[in-house]
Amino acid sequence: MTARGEVAEPEAVTAPLLRVAGLRKAFGRNVVLDNLSLDVAAHDVVVLIGASGSGKSTLLRCVDLLEVVDDGVIELEGREITDPRVDADAVRARMGIVFQAFNLFPHLTVLDNVTLAPRKVHRVPRAAAEERALAMLERVGLRDRAAAHPDELSGGQQQRVAIARALVNDPVLMLFDEVTSALDPELVGEVLAMLRDLKSDGMTMIVATHEMGFARQVADEVCFLDGGRVLERGSPARVLGDPEHERTRRFLRRIIDAGRL
Amino acid sequence: MRSLLIAAVSTLLLGGALVAAVVSAPGWPRTRDTFFDPDVGWQALPDVAAGFWLNVRVFTVSAVLMLVLGLGIALLRTLRGPVFWPVRAFALVYVDLFRGLPLILVLLLVGFGVPGLRLQGVPTSAVVLGTVALVLTYSAYAAEVFRAGIESVHPSQRAAARSLGLSAGQTMRHVVLPQAVRRVVPPLLNDVVSLTKDSGLISVLGAIDAVRSAQIVTAKTFDFTPYVVAGGLFVLLTIPLTRLTDAVSRRYGYLPSGGHL
Repeated sequence: MTARGEVAEPEAVTAPLLRVAGLRKAFGRNVVLDNLSLDVAAHDVVVLIGASGSGKSTLLRCVDLLEVVDDGVIELEGREITDPRVDADAVRARMGIVFQAFNLFPHLTVLDNVTLAPRKVHRVPRAAAEERALAMLERVGLRDRAAAHPDELSGGQQQRVAIARALVNDPVLMLFDEVTSALDPELVGEVLAMLRDLKSDGMTMIVATHEMGFARQVADEVCFLDGGRVLERGSPARVLGDPEHERTRRFLRRIIDAGRL
Repeated sequence: MRSLLIAAVSTLLLGGALVAAVVSAPGWPRTRDTFFDPDVGWQALPDVAAGFWLNVRVFTVSAVLMLVLGLGIALLRTLRGPVFWPVRAFALVYVDLFRGLPLILVLLLVGFGVPGLRLQGVPTSAVVLGTVALVLTYSAYAAEVFRAGIESVHPSQRAAARSLGLSAGQTMRHVVLPQAVRRVVPPLLNDVVSLTKDSGLISVLGAIDAVRSAQIVTAKTFDFTPYVVAGGLFVLLTIPLTRLTDAVSRRYGYLPSGGHL
């Protein structure tokens, strides 16, 4: 968590950490991302809002190279990662993603979930990997559950393990895909608190969420996605408080009506 | 205690009725003499047991090879990309062919066809060729069971593993297969039980197994009791296997499905 960014090359200091340009992704005839562009500066928290189907999840999956993009360019630290010659496994190993449904490995203990990638991808010896994993679990308040299996934990605990599992690899960028949407309301707070922690540590994050209160407090920039592109972007106060576009206003009104703002 | 009594009485009544029905059949005295002659059975036991020992060895070797080869074929079918088209096609044809052919035909074709080729270094023993035929047929079944297990692991598990930087191979080895195999242990053990019995079919190639030994004694004595003895030995072997299958099913039956997107 600490060494991040210290070895950045001179050009990477000025260039955004992540640059997405002209991204297009369709599933069959359903165009999900349509010429979408987005820059994320280092240490910034960018919050993606938008209705279901507006492309938030697909954008995050494309950035993590879990989907093959149809067109456009994604650059991480100034290097194009959508180039087919790039080692996609190595790129994914430098980013972390947390999913709505946690996606922990049910056959492994909490500790083994967290040490799998360090041991198999980063070739850390077991003892060192476990020591580091336990420290990370301590940080998310679950050190005492290291020997448990995921199905013995609450949803909020599972999601915190999923966050620890991603953080333990020292990612330069963290992606959060509606990480509180599958949680009971009283468990949402513990997960959002972790995201606030990460921001104060300077982690660069892209967060897709419906938690507008969280967006208002934590985001450096809010992007409203509509029809597969960024319709509106700006400070949380502006986008959430005084949106330019009628569609943004309508979306926010629906959210307010649903009691989430 | 009361239910135990009822169960005992009910069993006695039903069993008694069945025995009475068989014993009162007009041909019973003859049947008793030719199928249930204790003297003949006792005399045949050493030969039949010696033959059965061959069944046990053939079945053990076949079961191991069936699982290894079945898993291999299933993995070939999961390879993605145009480069692996011929490999996938081979696996598909293999499964279609050996699942479609009656085992007795595979036995006859391999057992009599392969020696007919007069190839140098290729075994001509009925036992070896019989084992090969059993493995060919049963590995096709096992491959389909393994494949069903692999496909039952939700894609979100794969996405989670790949997002951590694990390669496709590492994802299969550490995340997909452990969950897949656990789910298909009961149907696989079912196939193993079936294989146990079908190991008796190698007798058609002339291998002196339990069935063939019984046949030899029968031909000498004109008494069918040795068949009953051989049958008893097979049942004694399969009963523990079936109980094991039940126990394993109970043990793994509740395993969670591994999340959803």
